[in-house]
Amino acid sequence: MISRSALVMTTLLGTLLASGVEAQTLEGTLKKIKDSGAVTLGIRESSIPLSYLDANQKPVGYHIDICNRIVDAIKVKLALPNLKVNTQPVTSQNRIPLVTNGTVDLECGSTTNNAARQNQVAFAPTTYVTTVRMAVKKSSGINSLAQLDGKPVATTTGTTSVQLMRAHEKGKSVNFKEVYGKDHADSFLMLASDRAVAFVMDDNLLAGLIATSPAPNDYAVVGEPLSVEPIAIMFRKDDPQFKGLVHSAVRDLIKSGEVEKLYTKWFTQPIPPKNANLNLPMSDALKGALKTPNDAPAEQYNKK
Amino acid sequence: MTYHWNWGVYLEQVSSGDETYLDWIISALGWTAAVSMSAWIIALIFGALIGTLRTTPNRWLVAVGNVWVEGFRNVPLLVQLFLWFFVVPEFLPTELSRWVKQDMPAKEFFTATICLGLFTSARVAEQVRAGIQSLPRGQKMAGLAMGFTLAQTYRYVLLPMAFRIVIPPLTSEFMNIIKNSAVAFAIGLMELTFISRQMIEESGQVFESLLAATILYTVCAFAANRVMTIIEKRTRVPGYIAGAK
Repeated sequence: MISRSALVMTTLLGTLLASGVEAQTLEGTLKKIKDSGAVTLGIRESSIPLSYLDANQKPVGYHIDICNRIVDAIKVKLALPNLKVNTQPVTSQNRIPLVTNGTVDLECGSTTNNAARQNQVAFAPTTYVTTVRMAVKKSSGINSLAQLDGKPVATTTGTTSVQLMRAHEKGKSVNFKEVYGKDHADSFLMLASDRAVAFVMDDNLLAGLIATSPAPNDYAVVGEPLSVEPIAIMFRKDDPQFKGLVHSAVRDLIKSGEVEKLYTKWFTQPIPPKNANLNLPMSDALKGALKTPNDAPAEQYNKK
Repeated sequence: MTYHWNWGVYLEQVSSGDETYLDWIISALGWTAAVSMSAWIIALIFGALIGTLRTTPNRWLVAVGNVWVEGFRNVPLLVQLFLWFFVVPEFLPTELSRWVKQDMPAKEFFTATICLGLFTSARVAEQVRAGIQSLPRGQKMAGLAMGFTLAQTYRYVLLPMAFRIVIPPLTSEFMNIIKNSAVAFAIGLMELTFISRQMIEESGQVFESLLAATILYTVCAFAANRVMTIIEKRTRVPGYIAGAK
């Protein structure tokens, strides 16, 4: 009896000690996930092919796949094989508040990593580099930004493209007549209905809009890049433990060649919902970012 | 919550130019005020006209008024805005259509003003109709019995009282039109909502940006409220309705 109760005591003590140690070491987001038994992913509804809803309204995409791999790493780290994964749709206006206030643990969308945002949030190593260019109707014969002088050019409100266009006008002393759509679909409609002769936006989004439009062959993505921007998964700032896990998980995916495989799957093969192919081979900028994984902001990509 | 407040953001330079965020907000406030005021004038003119038509004895005039009110009242404002902006130009002759879509100056402003003005005119019309119908029937009969024509009865007897009666609900409409002008961001007018969204994007300071827009909408709506109250006091007829106190 004595020996048995001693055994029970030892086991209990051992468990207490172990959990005590773990409770001490876990903090921030990892503690929150462990305590609640759930992790919440922020998803976008139409950021093709990074993060969007398929025909069954299920979130899919390149960044969703990468986030799921990070969630696997969290499961291992916390020894929670049945961790519940919630998704929360976010927009470009609410994604930062939802991450900072704890609603969303990992934002798996199409967020540009720039210096202003690094004041509020942290980023995983860059997994996509977008080039801001323009979509035009092939029949217009436009292939350079200089040809847009005095012409209406569309872009979407609340995006970095708006400021890029203004900066370009100032630098090159050309004058666009900007028109603004409230979302990418509206801006594309402006191009389609001749309200604008060009639509300036991230190349992957333009390719996605063209591929899913009724007449994909009428449009082309052309012109010199206005900017190059690193796109990354976003999470809460000042949380070294979670940051360490996310960074090492993404780094492992990059090193193992998994990211390259996922890139091929989403950018150069037919994807849902319409089985369109974006035909966007990996850019040199992204190859560089994958060679030495980092979370450098956009400002370092556009140094002149 | 790990939000980093930065109240100095308003005085910082925008990332793409020499102006500050405050300059942006001031110019945005100008557009919001311009759209609201111009749309309010359109709403008052058409609202008074259509509301009056709906009380006349002529069946056809009443029908015109009914179609107007139900059309503008039953279609969502944002849908109306898109119809004016994207659909209407497609029905114009090719050259004119191209001009409207590409070269027309301040096209977002004019589209938003017309859309908002006509939308609100339907609501004003209903209030004007209610005001006229709230008057005792004897007033109209007395006017006609005095030898006034129908038009004169409206001009000298019915409308002066009806307009005074409907000032309080019109105050709400005036305040609404200022807040409703926010839909204009959807077609790219650089008003308060548009600028606060752009400021969120460029500065990363979400709450400061939204707070500025919220406060300015509140101030504008409250100013509209005060102006209408002054008009109400100045125009009241002693011993009648609002003048009773």
